[in-house]
Order: sequence, then C-alpha cells, then structure tokens
Amino acid sequence: MSFTTTIEQTVFRFKDLKDLLAKATPERSGDQLAGIAAEGPVERLAAQMALADLPLKAFLAEEVIPSEDDEVSRLIAERHDSAAFSAISSLTVGELREWLLKPETTHDRLEAVTWGLTPEMVAAVSKIMRLQDMIAVSAKRQVVTRFRNTIGLAGRLSTRNQPNHPTDDSRGIIASAIDGLLMGSGDAVIGVNPATDSVEDYVRIVSLLDELREKLAIPTQTCCLGHVTTAIHAIEQGAPVDLVFQSVAGSEKANRGFGIDLALLKEAHEAGRSLKRGMPGANVMYFETGQGAALSADAHFGVDQQTMEARAYAVAREFDPLLVNTVVGFIGPEYLFNGKQIIRAGIEDHFCGKLLGLPMGVDVCYTNHADADQEDMDTLLTLLCAANVNFVITVPGADDIMLNYQSLSHHDAVYCRETLKRPPAPEFEAWLSQIGLIDCDGALIGEPAALSSYLRSSNLIGA
Amino acid sequence: MGKIIEPSEAEPSRVERPEEEGAQPQPSAAERVLDLRQMTDARVSLGRHGAGLPTGAQLSFLLDHARAREAVWTSVDRAALEERLAVAGLDVVHVDSMADDRSVYVRRPDLGRLLDPTSTERLKELAGGKGCDIAIVVADGLSSSAVDLNAVPLIEALAPKLGELGLTVASIVLASQARVALGDPVGEALGAKLTIVLVGERPGLSAADSLGAYITYGPKPGNPDSGRNCVSNIRDGGLPISEAASIIAALVKDMVKTGVSGVALKAAVAKLGTSGV
Repeated sequence: MSFTTTIEQTVFRFKDLKDLLAKATPERSGDQLAGIAAEGPVERLAAQMALADLPLKAFLAEEVIPSEDDEVSRLIAERHDSAAFSAISSLTVGELREWLLKPETTHDRLEAVTWGLTPEMVAAVSKIMRLQDMIAVSAKRQVVTRFRNTIGLAGRLSTRNQPNHPTDDSRGIIASAIDGLLMGSGDAVIGVNPATDSVEDYVRIVSLLDELREKLAIPTQTCCLGHVTTAIHAIEQGAPVDLVFQSVAGSEKANRGFGIDLALLKEAHEAGRSLKRGMPGANVMYFETGQGAALSADAHFGVDQQTMEARAYAVAREFDPLLVNTVVGFIGPEYLFNGKQIIRAGIEDHFCGKLLGLPMGVDVCYTNHADADQEDMDTLLTLLCAANVNFVITVPGADDIMLNYQSLSHHDAVYCRETLKRPPAPEFEAWLSQIGLIDCDGALIGEPAALSSYLRSSNLIGA
Repeated sequence: MGKIIEPSEAEPSRVERPEEEGAQPQPSAAERVLDLRQMTDARVSLGRHGAGLPTGAQLSFLLDHARAREAVWTSVDRAALEERLAVAGLDVVHVDSMADDRSVYVRRPDLGRLLDPTSTERLKELAGGKGCDIAIVVADGLSSSAVDLNAVPLIEALAPKLGELGLTVASIVLASQARVALGDPVGEALGAKLTIVLVGERPGLSAADSLGAYITYGPKPGNPDSGRNCVSNIRDGGLPISEAASIIAALVKDMVKTGVSGVALKAAVAKLGTSGV
C-alpha cells in the first residue's frame, strides 16, 4: 500500500510501509548509507505527517519483512495480543503519541498494552516524538527483573561493571572489576566481553567472576559475554553460569550472521534456567543490540535501522531477559555519524525497549572515528537517568582497552548517585553499606579491607 | 570523613606511562592497599574528586582522544611519503577512491572501496598490459598517523624480502580515502597477482598509529574479506616493523606457492606439504 502527503501543492508519495518508516526517520547516516533515507527535511516531514495519520491497524495488515521469509516477522505476528491491543486499536500513530504522553496513561496502562504493541508500531511513534516526549513516556514505565537482586525499580540506576582485558588475563579482569566495585559499580552484572570464544576461557572467566562474587558475598550476577553455544557447552561442563548472553538483531538473516536462531536461543534459555542459580523464577538472559547491526550484515531488507532495532526487541522479549542493552555508539559513524545521532538513537532504543516490556539499559559509548566525545556521553547519560533507564555500562576511566572504544567511566556512576540521586539496586546498596563502601547517606567513603584481603588471598583462577 | 580520595599528584599521560620507574607519582590510598595498576593497562585507580576525575587524568584522556581524532581527520602527507619512497628508489602513483573527502569517507564505506575512473585509467596505462607480481597499496584508512609513521619503513623492510622471492613489484600506489577493498580494483587494473594493502587502522585511545597489512591473492572487485590475510597492530610498541615484514613475506611466499589467500591458506599449505610438492 502506498501513502501520500500534500504540502502546498507538492505531493509526496511513499511506496509502502517500510518506505514511509524509513523516510520518516530523523536523519542518520546508516539510512543514508542504505539509500533509504528522506532526501531532505521537507520530505522527512511529509513522511512524518503521513505516518502520524496512519491507523495502528495498518501495521497488522502490512509486514515490513514478509513472515514467509523471516522467523522474526512470524514471531511478531504470533505474539501480537489483540486483547491487549484493544485499548489502542482505534488510534492513529499520531494519536498514540498523544495517548502515551497523557498523565492518565499511567505505568499500569502502559504495561497493559505491552503485548498489543508491535516493534513497528513503537518504532513508528518514536519517529514523530522529540527526545523530551520519549523521556517523559519512558520515565513512567518500569520494567523490573530479578536474579540475585532487583533491577529497574523507579528512581534507581544499576550499572554493569565491564572489566574487559585484551588477553582475558585473570589478574587484569579482577583488577578492573575491583576498580569498579570501589566506585559502587556492578549491580546489574559484572560482565566480561571475552577476547576469544573458547569454552576453556569462558569457563575460566565465569569461575573467576563467581569466586569474586561468592567470597565477597556480593548480591549481583556475573556473565561472560561469549556466544550462546559456548555458554551451553560451559553449562554442560558444570561451569558457574549466572547469565547467558547473546547479541541479537531484527531479522532471521541478521541473526544467522550472529550464528543463532530462535530455536538455539530457546535451548540456551532452558540451559541457563536449569542451573537455578538465581532466586526462584529469576531472569537468566542478557542480550545486546544496536542500530545498524542488520544493515551491516546486509540483512535489513530495505527497512530503516531503527525499526530493525525495535524488531530485535521482539526477539529479546521472547526470553524474559534480566538485562538488555543497546550498544548505541559502538557501531561507528557510517550508522550514527555524530553525538547528536548517537544521543537520539540511545533515547529511542530505550523508549522502544521499555514500551515493548524490556528491562532496557544503554551502553553510552562512542568510537574514535565518530564525531562525538565525552560531553555527548554526559548529555546522553543525564537524559537516560531522567528517562529511568534500568542500567548503564561503566569501565575504568571510560576506556575499554579490549574493545577499543569509550564507554562511561565508573566515575559516571558516582555522578548518577550523588548528583542525580540514583541509588543502585536495594540489595546491592545494602551490601555497599555493610562492607563499608558507602555511608548512611549512600556516599562513597573509601576502600574496605575486605576487597584488599580478597585480592591477597585469592589465587585468581587461571592466573 | 571526606569524599575525596586523593589520587596521585600528577597522573602521567597514558602514552608515557609504560613502566618507567623513577618518575612514579605517589600512589593513591587505593593503590597502597590494592595496587591495581600493576595488574592491568586499564585506567584503574585514577582517584576522584566527587564524581570527577583528577584534573591530570581528565586532560590526559582528552589528549589521547585528540590524538586519535587527529589521526582520523587529517590527511596523509603524500608529498613527504613520495619523497621518502623516491629516496628508497621506489616510484609512486596516486589514486583516489570514489569518496571525495573525509566526511563522505567515514559515512560511506562503500565509496571508499571503489576506484575513481581517472585513477583506473592511470593504473592501466602504467601497467601497459604487462602485469606484475605484486601491487603494494598504501591506504590512508582511518589513521593518517599510522601511514605517515609506519608505511615507508615497512615498505623498505619488505621490498628486499619480496625481491629475494624473485617477485616483481609495481609502483607503490598511494590511495586516498581508501578502505582495504580498494586494493582489489587497484590490483586488477595493474594486472597484479597479489596485493598488499597497508592501511591505517581505526585508532584507539592508547595507540593512534597502528598500521594493518591485508594481503589478497588474485585481486578483483567483489573478493570477500575471508579471502584476505591480515597482519595488524604494526607500530612501535605493537608488532615491530621488521617482524611484520617477515610475516608478510612468509604469507606472500605461501600464497604464490598455493594460489590461495585468506582462511583457506593454511589448509592449502598443509595439503601442499603432505603431497610433497
């Protein structure tokens, strides 16, 4: 079905739903690279106007990628809950924006429509929303998940402590992890991106992190972000796997590029749950996503990168994850050119993920060839805290020496606690106080002896 | 009870940091207990004032980022490269990709892989239908510093080794706004059996001058990346030039012997070995 808008006698025509979505997307380099972006701001506005008038029901009538060719499209269609949709089924995209913003649309009402919304509907409405609109709506939506602690409560901010090391050196990983713990980072997860993907290293890394957590009795969870197949093998060998990680994307072909499909994710989910390491009913999956992933695998089928990203959330929400984060600025300037594009994408991804019911976090980050810097990250972090983001990622001094990009520093977590008044998960906060890292006001006060004696007593598995 | 953890007085710049004793600053309270800096090159134990980094650490980070950005956004000094290569007795030919400038280049990787038509003609004319064994392409990639510092010394180390293998090398191709795959149309236009693309790698904060070498047998547009062999992190403090030259020459030797490059090379060499050829 084609769409038209007329602005002062000029008729703008959009040939189908995916063309309309792409042309309505705020400017970003990835859609320009794909050759699907609007030619300029006026055509973009014409597309946004046509999109605003589109009934939500149109998204159930036209798929952006046909179900016959794509299991993610099939999943989206199968999981659509028409009872949940009924509250908003008569609305257009423009009216959905207004409904979301109304004070009467409370958390509970947002939660009630979660499975009535499709990724494409959520992506569409975000395209006609300003940052402030998206922040206002996201801030109303809590998504709470649990493993050994409770993540996503209103007014709190969790952090992933990311102690990466270029050669996965055990001592290097532990040094970075402790650096983060000293600044109160690590309640979402202490999670390492491994440099290699061998089962042996995976087992060593999770064992190392588990020993740290166990000996210091930290109410948190640990993770090695290897491939799901590596995790499954490690679980078979009896390794202490808290969270099973995988990168996911918004089409079957893109997921194949990651070496996964829905059946494999289901297997991994079951393997993770079988260990019963968290509290009863704990969420055991951890997913990462990012705009541009499908395009870079030539698996976007002419769909804009932000809609493809929202479709990745349909994959993620199928497996009740503890954590999901977009690695927003990692992919490079050919997808998100500068700080402005990275900031908008981070706010969009968080908004879309939350509306679809995901415990959404953001890796606030950039690479050296993007036109962005630490001040852009300050802006995005502050906006995300206003939006009630579940968690962000922190590394020593904002410099990830394994992945060669800049994420947040552990220091930035301190800024969120002290200036933005965002304490960590309650169980973790109690531990920080118990071990002597924070005072009764939640302020960091020093390095407790427990951490240094751990370091001296541990034989550091594999070191 | 203050919230200030006193860090070292002057956090030295990261680039000057590697284990130079003598100029060590006073360790912070955290280090006296935990000594994390001995365990990793990550920016641990920086100290803090509230949520802020100590001023020295803050400025040192910004300096590293400035260097990395400069490596991305400044142009290779073509004239200086040409002059240095001339001193080494090597001819030079300039080519451009279809990306007009840096701003287009970083947004459009596809254009950085295409050779502009004038350059194609220039190369064909130069080859004169004769062909050669090896085309060496110096591509700016994402780091002009890597090319400025490391490309000429690497070529000087590599050229005699290729000569020992009895292989002919065409003029050195200096390519602007170029991605790795630009070596394919360049190699094809020159009628080369094999291309060696020396490219500035995406700069990190700790090193902005890493050069990568990508070697492809049978260069032609559309070659998959799995058909290349890569030697990366060539720089002072990374893989030394002389070592890199030996590794590249050994790969070239295997490729010429087997007619294969990329992921299939190892198996092809093993097969040759067992068949006793």
